[in-house]
Amino acid sequence: MTSDQIIAILAAAIVAGTPLLYAALGEIITERAGVINLGVEGMMLVGAVSGFTVAVGTGNPWFGVMAAAAAGGAMASIHAFLTISLRANQVVSGLALTIFGTGLSGFLGKPMVGIVAPKTLAVINVPALSSIPWLGPILFRQDALVYLSYLIVPLLWCYFYRTRGGLNMRAIGENPAAADSVGINVFFLRYVYTVVGGAFAGVGGAYLSLAYAPTWLENMTAGRGWIAVALVIFAMWDPVKAMLGSYLFGGIDAMGFRLQAMGINVISPFFLKMLPYIFTVIVLIIATRKSLKKHIGAPGALGLPYDREER
Amino acid sequence: MKKHQVMVEMKKITKSFSGNLANDKVDFIARCGEVHALLGENGAGKSTLMSALTGLYRPDSGEIRLRDKTIELKSPRDAIEHGIGMVHQHFKLVKPFTVTENIALGASTTPFLLNMDKVEAEIVSLAEKYGMKVDPRAKVWQLSVGEQQRVEIIKMLYRGAEILILDEPTAVLTPQEVDDLFETLGQMANAGCAVIFITHKFKEVMAGSDTITVLRNGQNVATVKTSETDQNKLAHLMVGREMTAKPLEKKGQPGEVVLKLDEVEAFNDKGMLALQSISTEIRAGEILGIAGVAGNGQRELAEIVTGLRETSAGKIIILGEDYTDRSPKEYISAGVAHVPEDRLGTGLVPNLNAVDNILLKNYRNHRGHFLDLKESRKLAEKMVEDFQIKLSSIDDPIKLMSGGNLQKMLLAREFHSEPKLIVTVYPVRGLDIGATRAVRQLLLEQREQGAAILLISEDLDELMELADKIAVMYEGEIMDILPPTYDNLETIGLLMAGSKCEEVGV
Repeated sequence: MTSDQIIAILAAAIVAGTPLLYAALGEIITERAGVINLGVEGMMLVGAVSGFTVAVGTGNPWFGVMAAAAAGGAMASIHAFLTISLRANQVVSGLALTIFGTGLSGFLGKPMVGIVAPKTLAVINVPALSSIPWLGPILFRQDALVYLSYLIVPLLWCYFYRTRGGLNMRAIGENPAAADSVGINVFFLRYVYTVVGGAFAGVGGAYLSLAYAPTWLENMTAGRGWIAVALVIFAMWDPVKAMLGSYLFGGIDAMGFRLQAMGINVISPFFLKMLPYIFTVIVLIIATRKSLKKHIGAPGALGLPYDREER
Repeated sequence: MKKHQVMVEMKKITKSFSGNLANDKVDFIARCGEVHALLGENGAGKSTLMSALTGLYRPDSGEIRLRDKTIELKSPRDAIEHGIGMVHQHFKLVKPFTVTENIALGASTTPFLLNMDKVEAEIVSLAEKYGMKVDPRAKVWQLSVGEQQRVEIIKMLYRGAEILILDEPTAVLTPQEVDDLFETLGQMANAGCAVIFITHKFKEVMAGSDTITVLRNGQNVATVKTSETDQNKLAHLMVGREMTAKPLEKKGQPGEVVLKLDEVEAFNDKGMLALQSISTEIRAGEILGIAGVAGNGQRELAEIVTGLRETSAGKIIILGEDYTDRSPKEYISAGVAHVPEDRLGTGLVPNLNAVDNILLKNYRNHRGHFLDLKESRKLAEKMVEDFQIKLSSIDDPIKLMSGGNLQKMLLAREFHSEPKLIVTVYPVRGLDIGATRAVRQLLLEQREQGAAILLISEDLDELMELADKIAVMYEGEIMDILPPTYDNLETIGLLMAGSKCEEVGV
């Protein structure tokens, strides 16, 4: 392989990793607050279809991104109502959300199949930075949503560990009763972080339909929502590690595609397509064992509904 | 504020829960510079009264006055804004957080961008002022229970609490930690705070308070100066009758060795070594008491001698036969009875009725695939009568029964098979005086009939009364085995805190 080919694969890794990154960040936010939402796949699909529809309708991809965030948030608010207010089982509710989202997006997207968006998210070369050898073409010849994610990751990290809001958020995920006893509104905040998490997943979906593909195809996430859920565990609920993990998965995804394009046909293309999913399983085994050893892991109250009266 | 000035006055507080009167026109006064003990049996209304003062419950009627002004408390947050802070029996701490993070959490003074150095400095100065030792950078899960309690106290002081309420603060502490706690509470009172603690232990009331209010059946029966009363008077006030404090009798001589543990080791659920080279034996007709602060391997010990947990090393020998790592069923067949810590979770099935719960242990003795329900009912009825269990009907789910009756039923079931070895963990936890006495009496009867008993307890007085030998556990090790005399009390306390004998000077 030439260096150009390697650069091309790495740049493609970031593009393929970005939808995963947005979805994983959203799920990290939600889970840090103690709510597990397995509806990521469904929220991404609904985000993708509403983003694409609005972008086609308005001719402005940014309106599409906003619509996707709103749609993802709306989907998540169903989950929030069921699990936070009604204290339904979070796993069951999340699975239902994925099935619902898959169906809903297929239904809404019927008229959109085969349409080409008039305008999608364009690649912007960052002046100066994009001409750095190696790093420039990989990191700084991307679209605006990628650049936005470069900003969001460190900001989220600071929010988690350096602000009062982040402290409260982690507290309601670890021990809601303790947080409640010092006057933190557990129910309200869990709603907020669940909806925000859904908005992130929606944006992840919109990235697929507005930048990565860019078109609408039924079921176009192809399991990326599930990879994002696995990534959260791999990243140990940390946004920076989620970024690395997303690019790693993006890389595997991109490699399969590129190797084929380069005419390297040693391995069956079906096998290459399978790689990210096999890798998910392997990574989960390794990450879980590691977290067992180091006694770090999921937020203490993850998946548990909070009930003030319960003793 | 000046000493002895009234800080809080609660007037004619009444609160009922679905028809049950928990507080009946209770008057209560807490003064500045005073440690005030709130004494009463379980269900006397102590917690309800204090919950009204911390905004958890709103009283049906009555008035709360703070510094001569009527206040209304709608939530715990309201209470803390008025300077009323509560340290709950079960700590409200976020375990993976540091001490500093826990203290800053939810405080109104915490800025959006955290400044932990500043909080740390304040914690250190508060801790010094009241003579408490605490490392602000330690994670809470690494702290001992006593240290966690200090964090809770500092958390309240950091929020400017001037009235500090502690719910059963001594239940989880070693005797030395209790002394330290009372020292701290005294210093806080000296600094002008009003300190209130809830308890049902006379000894601690006498040692740690200036004034005592006794509640009985939801009413304030007396408020007295500690210096003007004694344990007998308090006991009389608390139960409403003279205590028949005749000590329980212990008869009989120990027989053959029933349980022998040889260098046993085991891991806990987190995969850490919870038991280290445990070697001891219990003879028939003998009670071995295990003293120690909860979480030092007692649970794991009970689990390995009932077959519920695998050992990683060593041997368990019951009546001469090696039972190491056999199944719980084989332990039961060998005559091992288990009265677990969590009687409603592990011991009994809350939603089943008395007949089914009793059946759980001896269904194997029924012939064929069908259960003989008639016989089971008869057995259940007999047990209810023999053990004087009070229940509405043997067909009702047992979760409707009171704690004391549940425990009696569990004992009835476990003792029915005439066990050779009885493993019992915190057998009187949460029981009132009457039920406690009944349970202890039943244990002594089993001892008399020749059962070997492993009694894990957090109450040293109970161990003194029942045990023939006391083994002290600390971090999974048996530190020493001592005879149950009050002369050994201090030594036992130090061993519970992890000091070796040489350091103790024995």
